[in-house]
Amino acid sequence: MSVQTGEAPPEDKVPIRPAATAVPPGRGRKRASGGLPYLLLLPALGLTVIFLGYPLVQNGVLSFQNLNMTQLIQHVTEWRGFGNYGDTLTSETFWRVTLRSVLFTLVNVVLIMGIGTLVGLLLARLGSKMRLTLLIGLILAWAMPVIAATTVYQWLFAQRFGVVNWVLDKVGFSAMADYNWTGSQLSTFFVITLLIVWTSVPFVAVNIYAASTTIPRELYEAAALDGAGALKSFRAVTLPFLRPFLMVATFLEVIWVFKAFPHVFAVNEGGPDRLTETLPVYAFVEGVGNQHYGAGAAIAVLTILILLALMSYYLRMVLRQEAADEEGEPGPGATAGAGVTVGEKS
Amino acid sequence: MRKSLVGRIWPNATALVLFVAFVFPVYWMFNTALKPNGQIISEDPVWFPGSPTLEHFTTAVNAENFWTLVRNSVTVTVVAVGLSLTVALFASFALARMRFKGRRGIVLVFMIAQMAPWEVMVIGIYMIVRDADMLNSLVPLTLFYTVMVLPLTVITLRSYVAAVPKDLEESALVDGCSRTQAFRKVIFPLLAPGLMTTSLFGFITAWNEFPMVLILNKNDEAQTLPLWLSKFQTAFGDDWGATMAAASLFAIPVLLLFLWLQRKAVSGLTAGAVKG
Repeated sequence: MSVQTGEAPPEDKVPIRPAATAVPPGRGRKRASGGLPYLLLLPALGLTVIFLGYPLVQNGVLSFQNLNMTQLIQHVTEWRGFGNYGDTLTSETFWRVTLRSVLFTLVNVVLIMGIGTLVGLLLARLGSKMRLTLLIGLILAWAMPVIAATTVYQWLFAQRFGVVNWVLDKVGFSAMADYNWTGSQLSTFFVITLLIVWTSVPFVAVNIYAASTTIPRELYEAAALDGAGALKSFRAVTLPFLRPFLMVATFLEVIWVFKAFPHVFAVNEGGPDRLTETLPVYAFVEGVGNQHYGAGAAIAVLTILILLALMSYYLRMVLRQEAADEEGEPGPGATAGAGVTVGEKS
Repeated sequence: MRKSLVGRIWPNATALVLFVAFVFPVYWMFNTALKPNGQIISEDPVWFPGSPTLEHFTTAVNAENFWTLVRNSVTVTVVAVGLSLTVALFASFALARMRFKGRRGIVLVFMIAQMAPWEVMVIGIYMIVRDADMLNSLVPLTLFYTVMVLPLTVITLRSYVAAVPKDLEESALVDGCSRTQAFRKVIFPLLAPGLMTTSLFGFITAWNEFPMVLILNKNDEAQTLPLWLSKFQTAFGDDWGATMAAASLFAIPVLLLFLWLQRKAVSGLTAGAVKG
């Protein structure tokens, strides 16, 4: 099974209200509690504006500057307009890295969602002992810290004494006995993808399983009475229940993979020959590594824009869901995130 | 009959294969960390360490500044998660239970904030922290981690709050509770699994964070464990035993916490009043 994006939602325009609410706290309403909601939101929004908004703006400002090592040390500000953007957008490397990032994200997310869903549905079919066993396995992989995982994968795929090469050799691929996994672009990406899928599948699987336990048995019985086979009842009963979670999860995974930094960086630092740099790594290596801070900031801004473009479709959908929620129609989609539960509910 | 037997075997067989696939890297980390060097560097892998040794752990723990870095990591993580949970609890309650102008916009802000690629913002962050003269301090690191885990905390907690039946809250109000009391006595206990889940995500994010500490805290004594581990590997080169011991030490708290919280979350869920 691959990613289910669902049918396109009907095109109704959702009014996006400005985030910073300049709206005076409406007193006197019956239901609303005056300024209370704003007061409750103030700390969270305040912190976000200061520690996320400001660096973002600062990043934008830097992207218009000629800021290299010299300027950094001497504390001088040299403006160069859209120069950094011009350089970046006309460089062939930037476009190659962008395409690479998109493909990389696509492959990973399809694998994660596909395998994750299958494993999740398998969990629902297992007996309680086997389920617990598999859950523990999934949780261990899930919990493994990134840098620890990258280190372990480097060891698993080590050229000398690595387990993977030994197994491949024994299975009959004797050419792989001394294979250097970080020596080529494709094989490095293979290791990175395996690592990312390994860490990400558990989240999807456990939540798919949790969501599937909320499906009322009667629905399956009714479907069976109507003569629906396993596939039909999956499509008619299981999928509609899982869809909200699948959407949320796909969304989270796309963002997460697209901006994955330590996974890509720590396995081979974007090598060999900078061939496995994805956009975040590219921005980091250009900006911090090569000390072209202005250029790096411009790449960062472009990366953020791409991310926003990638996500705009989803955000529209979420807003629609919010709107439905507000009108008090708690369909299966209304509490999408509520399916995100860790735990075996039995 | 035969079909049902096959039908019963294949899920279990698949599950077993999957279990091995998911556990193996973790197992191999511990396995390598516990084996003497002779068994690590051997032509055929030693699958089960026959004579376990702690020498690699000794090497890792005795590495310079190890305990300072442990303290740094714990401080930064715990403070960031606690702060963000507190702040997010208020926000999520407002977003899930109250109606007001701009609610959708604010939810959108958190959704977008959740996508913020902190990894590519490090240049802007570096300049800000440098201008504030706070490089190599744990304070900016903690605050940035707080905000890093905040959006997901808000979004997840919001759905947990929304999932608590309104009837419960309303009946508490009818019984004479104030809104604050209703929250504290009815919603909050039901939120416990949600709080644990979200704190877990937060903990893992903050504990693992790598690029920011890499650029902000270069001083040896101001670093956190991920940075140390990444350099440990470089510093010790082919000493896979010591590197895996270091990785184990870094991973163990998270693995234990995850398993523990998992159980807690389960019991919290079944003991909750929502049941039945």
